[in-house]
Formats: sequence, structure tokens, C-alpha cells
Amino acid sequence: MDENSSARLKRRLLRIVYCIGLFLAMLTICLPGLWIVLSSLRPTVEIMAKPPIWIPQDISFDAYVAMFSGIGKGGIPVIEYFRNSLIISVTSTVIAVAIGMAGGYAFARYRFRGKSGVFLGLMLTRTVPGIALSLPLFFLYVRLGIIDTHFGLILAYVALNVPFTIWLIDGFFRQVPKDLAEAAQIDGCTRWQAFWQVEFPLAGPGIASAAIFAFLTCWNEFALASQLTRSVSAKTLPVGLLDYTAEFTIDWRGMCALAVVMIIPALTLTFIVQKHLVGGLTSGAVKG
Amino acid sequence: MATVSLKKLTKRYGNIEIVHGIDLDIADREFIALVGPSGCGKSTTLRMIAGLEEISAGSIEIGGRVVNDLPPRSRNISMVFQSYALYPHMTVRENLGFSLKIAGAAKEEMDRRVAEASAILGLDTLLERRPSQLSGGQRQRVAMGRAIVRDPDVFLFDEPLSNLDAKLRTQMRTEIKKLHAKVQSTVIYVTHDQVEAMTLADRIVIMRDGYIEQVGTPDEVFRRPATRFVAGFIGSPPMNLHEATVDAGQLVFASGARLPLPAQFKANVAAGDKVVFGLRPDDIYPTGHGLSSGDAADVHQIELPITVTEPLGNETLVFVEFNGSDWVSRMLNPRPLRSGERVAMSLDLSQAHLFAADTGKTLRS
Repeated sequence: MDENSSARLKRRLLRIVYCIGLFLAMLTICLPGLWIVLSSLRPTVEIMAKPPIWIPQDISFDAYVAMFSGIGKGGIPVIEYFRNSLIISVTSTVIAVAIGMAGGYAFARYRFRGKSGVFLGLMLTRTVPGIALSLPLFFLYVRLGIIDTHFGLILAYVALNVPFTIWLIDGFFRQVPKDLAEAAQIDGCTRWQAFWQVEFPLAGPGIASAAIFAFLTCWNEFALASQLTRSVSAKTLPVGLLDYTAEFTIDWRGMCALAVVMIIPALTLTFIVQKHLVGGLTSGAVKG
Repeated sequence: MATVSLKKLTKRYGNIEIVHGIDLDIADREFIALVGPSGCGKSTTLRMIAGLEEISAGSIEIGGRVVNDLPPRSRNISMVFQSYALYPHMTVRENLGFSLKIAGAAKEEMDRRVAEASAILGLDTLLERRPSQLSGGQRQRVAMGRAIVRDPDVFLFDEPLSNLDAKLRTQMRTEIKKLHAKVQSTVIYVTHDQVEAMTLADRIVIMRDGYIEQVGTPDEVFRRPATRFVAGFIGSPPMNLHEATVDAGQLVFASGARLPLPAQFKANVAAGDKVVFGLRPDDIYPTGHGLSSGDAADVHQIELPITVTEPLGNETLVFVEFNGSDWVSRMLNPRPLRSGERVAMSLDLSQAHLFAADTGKTLRS
């Protein structure tokens, strides 16, 4: 065998090894999700079976039908939970992104006293786990009378997300060359117009990804929401999962079905925004 | 079309003064080049004229109107950036028409002016492309087109060619010169490249450390440099500059080597004066291979050893040793020379320069 064909063989073998490695990695990531979907479609007996039944024997949509059947027929107020989740997630995302844009822009473009200190301070808030704050927040919210309200949870989520959105958007504004805003000003823009016409569209992918991350954080957050909400009028979907636990039993099938209902909007949204997340728009602006 | 006038223009960042109260009057339709080494304040001056930097003191007038505190958009200027600063999310057409769109111009007007500018610069086939799909030279042209479309009073160029390769730079330089002839507006052009300044400008402003060293036509700054700095900065290869002391009608160099004091300076120096002697490479040449073919008034002959030669085809740069260091000379109609060979050199002292050693100012009256 000559050198060339052995090199070719080696390359092919390596590619096969890569593919197997990738498959294993993807399997590890995707299997829990797949298991949730499967479990939502199988009877409890099959879910709890030992040894596990890998191939589903008996598939039905009963759990989904039951979920929407209303209280008393095995249903939970899923529409209300969904509405709460949507209102709280969307509102807090919009606010967090707006603040993040203003803050990120300021950090990226302006020099001011104590800048690095403020920035560090913001980032340090990320080191405190949200759950550690749940008890103080609970007392505070009770005193203020905003416990178990949309407003209360929105406030908590904005505070949770702002440092992150500022950090992410700051990075994207830094990538937009300063020259562009200056060129726009010379072309007749006010500072404000230059921002909206030139800098904002170019930082768009960054702002979109900040929004997605903020939204998903709110949408999936459980720990704080379970402490700060009680009633159907404020509970979010993750908290709603607890409705499937009774004193002695857990309805695994129903819980998985609700989890699927939760995942679908998040997944859809990520797919829609995905192409905007791809950066590289700024290439060609300046020398390159 | 407008005059530009800078009066005691000053820029300070905190306690550090970058530009020290410079005065400059630029005539209507004049092409002015601001040139100097990096950090000399030329770009800062340009940005102050553009309104991108606040001025700390003094005033700027464009077309007789004081614009000190006006935002860039109210100054009716346009600027070509070193980085081109094209809007990457817009096509070439949108880039060119952006200023008109912001000004709220009608669609027909916009189309007409974009078409005009793209015709001048040969951008017609590129209008639907984005900046990322253009080559460096094309981006440069779009940047100039965007400036033309505004029909400004004053064009500002901030080192527009420094990102291009040498060949393209020469080509774009010619295009800029043609463009100025066509649009006939006032141009302020910042560059660190003295060749660009010499070839393009009607007048050159040489800056150093936030001061203006000299303002003059390319010919003036080349032939009659006001300071030692200008003498060394303008011209390629640079002028030979060496310190000497005046002694009985002669210049005595540090090594003890002597040259006769050039006649044109005799009245302006006294014995014991410390001076800097300057002679351009064109004015020192192997005898018989110079610009002034023997009819120069004040030619001094001397035999010197060659250290290195750099043949350039039509001419050769010959480095000869004098006063313990290398002096560069330009040899026209070159013949082959060897290192170490001693050749008869002619020094045309009628073209020599003398500067005061302490102030650096010319001693020419």
C-alpha cells in the first residue's frame, strides 16, 4: 500500500470516529428531551416499569386531552398558566432588553467615572443564586403587597436578566466600529438617528440573542416563581407542573405532557430567531 | 464651496494639550493637505473641523460662519474615513443615498444624484452589492461617492489611502486629484505620507506636536523649508542633516571634517554659531551624474568612499561616508559602483540649507 492510499484510509477512519463521537454527544443531549416526549405518550405502568421498556408499546394522547379537560376531569388551568408565563416572560424580556441596550451602549461607547466598578458590580450580582434571595424577596413582596402578582415576578426577572443583557449587548456594540456612527452624523443624522439607523441594526443579532436568553430564563424559571406565586392568576407553567403532584402520587405522564407544552413555544421561538443570531454582519464595514 | 478658517484652535484632553492654538486660512476650492508624523494633531484638527471632537478654545469658520458648537450635520461637510466607514447592512446604492434619505429628499432627486456620483466614480455596476462584496479600492470609491452625493462645502479626508496597497494607492491618488478638478470644492486632506501631500495639495500644512511648522505650496516646503523638522520630513529620501559649527567662513563638523560656508548664509551667521547643515540627495552626486550639470553656482568637489549603493534603474542612491556617517546622494544616469570605491562627489552648496541648532529655524533671510 502506498503512502497516499494509507493517508486516505486514515482520513476516512478518522471521519467515522468523529461521526460516532458526535452521535454519542448528541444522544446524551437529546435523549432526556426525547424521553419526556415519549413519557407523555405512555401509560404510567410503562414509565415506571423496571427494567425500562425502551420501545413504547401503548401510545396515546390521553394526557394532553386530560390536561385541557378542565378541573375535576384531571385537567389543570393550563391556558391560564400559559397566559401568565407569556405575559411575565415577554414583559420582563422587553424591559430587560431595553435597559440592556441603554446600559450596554453606555458601557461600550462612553467613558465615565467608576465605569469598571459599576460593570463589575453588575456582574457580581450574577454570582448570587436566585434561590438564596427567595426568602428575603418573599418577605419584601408580602410587605409591599406584590406577592402572587405578575408585576412582582416581572420585577424579579428584570433584575435577574439586566446584568446579563447589559454584558451581552455591550460586547456587540463594541464590535460596531465607532466610525460608522460618526459617518452617519456627518451624513446628517442626529446622535439618536445614528444609533437607530446604523448602530442598532448592526448590533441587532446581539440584541436578538440577549432577548432569547432573557426570555428562556424567564420562561423556564422555577425556583423564584414557586416561592412568589400561589394562585392560578399568577402561576407560571413551570410552577404549574407541581399541580401533578398529589400527597402520595405523582402523575408522571401529565407532568411530561405539560413539559412538552412548555418546550414547544420556546423551541419555536429559538428557531425563528436563530438566523438573526448568526453574526458576521459587520464584516466589510471597515477594512477587512 | 467655502473658505475655512481656524483661529487659535486648541484641543485639550484634561490637562494635556494636543493642539496648541493653531491659525490657518483655507481659500475656497483649495486643496490643503495636513501632514505630519502620527500624534502631531492633524487628525484631531480634522475631527474638530468635522464637529466630531469638541474644541477647547479658539474658533472654526466655514464659509464665514462660526461653527464651533454646531453638530456635524449642520456644517455641510462630508468626510472620507481611513476605515471607509461604509454601512455594512446597506447596499452601495443605499450607502450613497443615505444622507439624502436622512435629509428627506424625493426619490427622483435621490436616484439622480446617486446616478451622478456613481457615474463619476464608475460604481454603476456595483450599486446592488454590499460593502463586504467589494474590494478595497471599490470600498474607497464608494466612500468618496458618499461624500460627493452630499454636495458639501468642504470635503474632509482622513488618511483615505493608508489601507490600500502601494499600487492601488497611486491609482486612487490620481483619482482623487481628478475628482477635485471635477467637483471643485474645498478639500482638507490628512495624511502622514508626504508623497501624497506633495502630489495632491495646492498647499501643505506640516504639523508637529500640535503646532504648525510651515504652510506653503509643495514647491515652497520642498525648496525653502522653514525648520529643520520640515526639511527632514519632506522629500524622499530625506535631506542629509548634520550639526556643525561656523568657523572662519567654514562649517566644522563634529568629526573635524570641513565644508565651505554656503555663500547665501554668510551674512546670517557668525563665527561660533551652532548650526544644522542640510543638503538634499539631489544636490550631492558623483561628479557628472547630477541634476545641475556643472552650471551650478557654488559646487564643492570632494572625494568620498562609498558604503552602499541602491540601484533603482533610472537612478542609484549612493551612500557615501562623510563626517563619520552616511550621506545619501542621488546618482542620475548611473554607472556601476562598488562599495569601498572612492568617487569624486559634487556638493551643490547653492542649494544647501542652514538651520539654527537650538531653535531649528532656517537661517535663510
